[in-house]
Amino acid sequence: MSETNASAAALARTPLYERHHALGARMVEFGGWEMPVSYRGILEEHRTVRTAAGLFDVSHMGEIELLGPHAAAACQRLTTNDVRRLANGHVQYTILCREDGGVVDDVTLYRVDDQRWFFCVNAGNVAKDLAWIRQHAGAATVVDRSPATALIALQGPAAAGILGALTPLVLERIPSFRFARGEVAGLPVLVSRTGYTGEDGFELYVDAPRAGALWDALMAAGAPAGLEPIGLGARDTLRLEAALPLYGHELDEQTSPLAAGLERWVRLDGEDFIGRAALRHERERGAPRHLVGLALRAPGIARQGHPVTFEGASVGIVTSGTLSPTLGSPVALAYVSAALAAPGTKLAVDVRGRPVPAEVVATPFYRRPRPVAAAPAEVPSEVAEPVEDAVDASDDAAPADGEGLYEIDTAPEATGADEPPAGVADAPSPADDDAENADGTQVTREGEH
Amino acid sequence: MLIPETLRYSEDHEWVLVEDGIATIGITDHAQEELGDIVFVELPAVGAELAKSATFGVVESVKAVSDVYAPLGGIVTAVNEALTTKPETINEDPYGAGWMVKVTLANRADADALMTAEQYRGFLAQEKP
Repeated sequence: MSETNASAAALARTPLYERHHALGARMVEFGGWEMPVSYRGILEEHRTVRTAAGLFDVSHMGEIELLGPHAAAACQRLTTNDVRRLANGHVQYTILCREDGGVVDDVTLYRVDDQRWFFCVNAGNVAKDLAWIRQHAGAATVVDRSPATALIALQGPAAAGILGALTPLVLERIPSFRFARGEVAGLPVLVSRTGYTGEDGFELYVDAPRAGALWDALMAAGAPAGLEPIGLGARDTLRLEAALPLYGHELDEQTSPLAAGLERWVRLDGEDFIGRAALRHERERGAPRHLVGLALRAPGIARQGHPVTFEGASVGIVTSGTLSPTLGSPVALAYVSAALAAPGTKLAVDVRGRPVPAEVVATPFYRRPRPVAAAPAEVPSEVAEPVEDAVDASDDAAPADGEGLYEIDTAPEATGADEPPAGVADAPSPADDDAENADGTQVTREGEH
Repeated sequence: MLIPETLRYSEDHEWVLVEDGIATIGITDHAQEELGDIVFVELPAVGAELAKSATFGVVESVKAVSDVYAPLGGIVTAVNEALTTKPETINEDPYGAGWMVKVTLANRADADALMTAEQYRGFLAQEKP
């Protein structure tokens, strides 16, 4: 047996570290953080999220705010998607690109109001993204909220029931890729209907000092429904089954979002953005390689870096692979030559010198059963990391007005994740906290705030 | 943490049981716990010759790939084919149904040079950070 264990020296810890320790988590290094990889076993945790609900500490992810009258323009310039599609209370999956089209990071962008936006960014990229955003934000004010903000993800078919019992927010009015501010277990929280598992679920942004109380309340409320803590190991297998990209695997600065199959989130014919010219050029030429799903047809696990072959010749490389706990068979994501990217194409993966037959298959590998009212299509989003904050948040102090990420309590009805909401204008929002969104939707129950 | 007294142990966390000139080899309880859920096992063929300290197989968990090293040399006389379809047996019963290979013992001294249960316990204690 041979194993390498990353040194835990000088790693950052989230506000929930002691709880992970008490729960017996196996801790690993991830993106400069000491994080729980599993508590009871990755496969069991994976199944828990698919069948009941799981609670994830993803406080290592970053939150970067853009403020002021120039914030919207800065977001438009920085990202591939169209920020004009966002109303207050909307979230958008989007990409930060370099001039040459390489991916700086894939992120989610939140519009609190027309002068207040924030990015949720991958844990390992916080410093890089912050520098990039500051470099290109023009006259917008950039604030790193990462150190002050914890992030807890509640994911799985039982998630809405668990959260609904703890909050006056009407969760039916917060559809996929919408968010609202409200109280959860009496704590001020920004509730976002997003996730990285392929399941229904929520990501809860909370001031770091309150993370423990929120975690405890969720664990207690969720216990009867089978809620369990889930580590990064299952987070990875869950996102892989859902074919959601992971920065550093499917995406990096040498990879374009077009090769990664993210055209839907790249508005080449809309407003200008950093990288648009290069990506337009690539669209004309056609991306030389495409990200595909592979199903292995013989025993063996494809791992990142394994060559993909066709008739003995190397035609690509695996970016992620595992044994799919839900399917019970090995799956992988891989970049392959564009000519070999069609579903049904028979390839092989070179697993440590042994060619294992594989077939290109449609993704996602797993799709959750949809409720009658279909939610908008899921989009990738991931990775975050936490931080120490410039704002002094004491244990019991609510965020001051205009501070923190919690200054919104309305969420528009869903219009479909890919359809621009009607009448989105960059009109100034009312300055008071009781603002309604454009269509007047209230997301708190009558008489509650 | 199970460390049966009747077995010998290697620093690579393999165990060896010697009976009638045949050495049965597997990975320890500590090793399976460190790996987590085992989902794939690669074993040598019957008749293969194991060289002491050389890789003879692979154990894969959901997150990690681990080579398995021969704690002693010999010719493979049996492999645990059941692990091909039920690799999780190693997690469930590492010293019993989770055995990996049996080899003819080329050199008895190889087995005697391995750690006793008590020595392996001490080895694990000093390995821990």
